[in-house]
Amino acid sequence: MGNKKTQAASRREFLRNISNGSVLAVSGLAYYSLSSCKQPSEEKTTLLTTDGKLVKVANSEIEEMEHLHQGASPEEARKGIPGKKFVMVVDLAKCKNAKKCIEACDKHHNLTPDRPYIKVLEMQDNEKSAPYWMPKKCFQCDNPPCVKVCPVGATYKRTDGIVLVDNERCIGCRFCMAACPYSARVFNWGAPPEGQLDLPYSPETSLPSKIGTVAKCDFCPEMLRQNKLPHCVTSCPNGVIYFGDEIDDTVTNGEETVRLSTLLKEKAGYRYMEELGTKPRVYYLPPVDRLFPFEETTQENSES
Amino acid sequence: MTKYESLINDLAPRKFGKRGTIWTFILVVIIIIGLIAYIDQIRQGQVVTNMRDYALWGIYISNFVFFVATSFVGSATVAVLRLTNNSWRTPVVRIAEIISLASIVMAGFTIMIDMGRPDRLLNLFIYARLQSPITWDVIIIPTSIILSFLLLYFPLLPDLAILKKHHLKTKPTFSKWYGKLSLNWTGSKAQKAIQSKSIKIIAIMVIPVGILLQTIDAWLFSTTYRIGWDSTNMGAYFTSGAFVAGLGALITVVYIIRKVRGLEHYITDYHFDKLAQYLLVTCLAYVYFNINEYLIPIFNAPAEEEIHLNALVYGDYAGIFWFSQIVGLILPILILLFKKGRKPLPMFIVGIMVVLGSWWKRYIIVTPTLLHPFLPIEGVPESWHHYFPSMHEWLITGATLAMALLIITLFVRFLPVIPIQRTAEEKGLLNTDKKAET
Repeated sequence: MGNKKTQAASRREFLRNISNGSVLAVSGLAYYSLSSCKQPSEEKTTLLTTDGKLVKVANSEIEEMEHLHQGASPEEARKGIPGKKFVMVVDLAKCKNAKKCIEACDKHHNLTPDRPYIKVLEMQDNEKSAPYWMPKKCFQCDNPPCVKVCPVGATYKRTDGIVLVDNERCIGCRFCMAACPYSARVFNWGAPPEGQLDLPYSPETSLPSKIGTVAKCDFCPEMLRQNKLPHCVTSCPNGVIYFGDEIDDTVTNGEETVRLSTLLKEKAGYRYMEELGTKPRVYYLPPVDRLFPFEETTQENSES
Repeated sequence: MTKYESLINDLAPRKFGKRGTIWTFILVVIIIIGLIAYIDQIRQGQVVTNMRDYALWGIYISNFVFFVATSFVGSATVAVLRLTNNSWRTPVVRIAEIISLASIVMAGFTIMIDMGRPDRLLNLFIYARLQSPITWDVIIIPTSIILSFLLLYFPLLPDLAILKKHHLKTKPTFSKWYGKLSLNWTGSKAQKAIQSKSIKIIAIMVIPVGILLQTIDAWLFSTTYRIGWDSTNMGAYFTSGAFVAGLGALITVVYIIRKVRGLEHYITDYHFDKLAQYLLVTCLAYVYFNINEYLIPIFNAPAEEEIHLNALVYGDYAGIFWFSQIVGLILPILILLFKKGRKPLPMFIVGIMVVLGSWWKRYIIVTPTLLHPFLPIEGVPESWHHYFPSMHEWLITGATLAMALLIITLFVRFLPVIPIQRTAEEKGLLNTDKKAET
C-alpha cells in the first residue's frame, strides 16, 4: 500500500516537474526571442511615445512592431488635423472617365467594384450642351445633412473639414444615407470583402469595413497625416483632381500647385447644388475648353 | 338568470372554437417562419434583403409607418370621441385600444428589424443626440406604448373585477389572475374617482402624443433633401392618413369579432353607420392632403420632382399608386356616401380595402423617392436601379403583421372586447343587479 502511495506520489511529482520544465522552456524561449540581441538583464531603454513623452522601458518588455500606415483611433479620429481645412477642386474639363481614381480608392479601401466610394457620372446640363464626366465623391459638407440626422453621433464633422463615420458606433439605420442629397454614402449590406481585416479599426482609413454599417469617401486622412495626397489625386492620369488646404489657399494635383482663390476665380469654380445650403468642400471647374472629346464608356477609355 | 348575468355571459371572454384554434396556429406558424428568416438576416447581414445603396429603405420602413399609422386609432376613437361626447363609441373603444397597443408595440419591433446593427441598440441611449429625428422616435414610441397600455388597462379594472367574480367557481385560476390584475377593484367611490380622473388625463394626453407620433414619423422623411419627402405638408398628411388607416383597421376587426363572438346585439348597424361617417370624413380630409401632395406640384414641380411624379402616375409605380388611391381612398368614399354602403358587410369590405390601400400607400411614400436621387444612378449593378422586397423581407414583414394579429387575438381571447361595466351602466342594468345582491 505504502509503496503504491509513494509510487503514485512520485509519478505526480514527475509530471509536475515536466510541466514546470516545459513552462520554463517556453518562457525562456520567449525571453530569448525578445532579447536576442541584448544581454539578458534588467537593462532599460529610453523611448519616445507618440504623444511626445520620454519613457524608460525594460528591454524584456520591448516588442518589435510591424510598421503599419494606420489611421488614428476612433477617439483620436474625431479631432481632425490641427490648423487645416481640406478642400478639393475637380476640373471637369480634364476628366475623360479613365476611372483610375476609382480603382485606387477601391484598392486602398478594400472595396468591391459594385460599391465604390467614388463614381464618375455621365452628366448633361441641358439637351443642347455637351455631356461631360463628373467624378463624384463625398463633398465633406460644412453644413452636413448626414451629421445632423445621425442619432448616435457615429458620423461627425472634424475641425479640418472632413466628415467621417465611426463604424464601431454606427447602428446601421441608414438615415444619413437618406439625408445625403448627393448619394455619397454606401452600406455594408453583407460581410465585407476579404483581405486587410486584421488591422485595428480606424475611421481615418475606414478599414476594416464592418457589416451593417455605413461607409463613404473619407479624403484619406491617414495619407494627409503623412503629408501625402489622397489616393484618387495621385492616381489620376490627367491631373483632374486638385487637393489642398483652404487656410494655405493652395491646392495641387500632384503636378502643379496653384492658389485656390485664383483658380476658383479664374475658372468660375462652383459647388454642386449650391442652393441646398450644404456648403460642400468640393468645388468643380466647368467643363469648358476640354482636353478630351466626350466618349461613352468603352473598354478602351476605361482601361487607358 | 338576470339580464346583468346574461350580459356578462355574452361579453366575458370565451375559449377558442375550432376556427379560433386554426387561426392562432396559422399565425404562430407565420411568426416562426419570419423569425427564422430574421435570424438568417442577422447571420448574413441585410444582403438578404433587396435593399441596396439607392433603395436604402424598403418595406421594413413602410411597414413601420403603417403600424405607426394604425396605432393612431386609440387617439382617434377613444380620445377624440370622448372629448366630443359621442356616446356611441362604447362597444368599439376596447377593440380600438387593443389595436392601438398591438400596432405601436409592433412598430417598435419593426423599426429594429431595419437596423443594420441591432446589437448596438443601446447606442441610441448611450450616445443619444437630441437633434436627430430618430432620437425623437426613440422618445415618442415608448411614451406611446405606455400611454396605449394605460388607456387599455385603466378602463379594464372594473371589468376584471367582474370577471374575477364570474369565474370564481368555474375557473379558479383564471379568477385568481383577473383578481390580481384588477388591483383589488371594489368599485368604491374613492376608486371610481381616481379611475375616472386617470382616464381623463390619459385620454387628453393621448391626442397630442398621437399627433406627435405621426408627425415625428413624417419628419423622418421631411427632414431630408429628397424629392417627394421634402415637403411641409408631411406632418398633417401623415396624421390624416393615420385616421384613415386606424379606422379602417378598427372597422375590419370589429366586424370579425362581432361575427365570431355573436355580438350583433351590442355592435349594431347604428354603430357601423357612425363608424362609416367618421371614416368618410377622415377619407375626405385625406383626399385634400393627397391633392396637395400629388396634384398641385403639376404647376411648379422642378425637373426632378416631375420625373418622380411621372413614375408614380404613369411609370413603374403606377399600379400600386392607383391601387392605393382608388381602392384605398376613392372607392371607399363612394361606397360610404350611400346608406346601404354603411351596413356591416359592405363596411367590412371597405375596411379591408382601406387597410390594404393604406399599407401600399406607405410603400409608395417610402420606396420611389429613394430611386429618384438628384444625381443619376450610375456605376452600380443594374438590379440596384429597382426595388421589390426579397423573400426574406416578405417573410419577416408577414411575421410582424401576424404578430400584431396574434396580440389582438390573445387580448380578445382573455379580455372582454366590449366594456361590461360601462355597457351595463348605459343599459341601466347595474342598479337592479345591486338590489338583487343585497
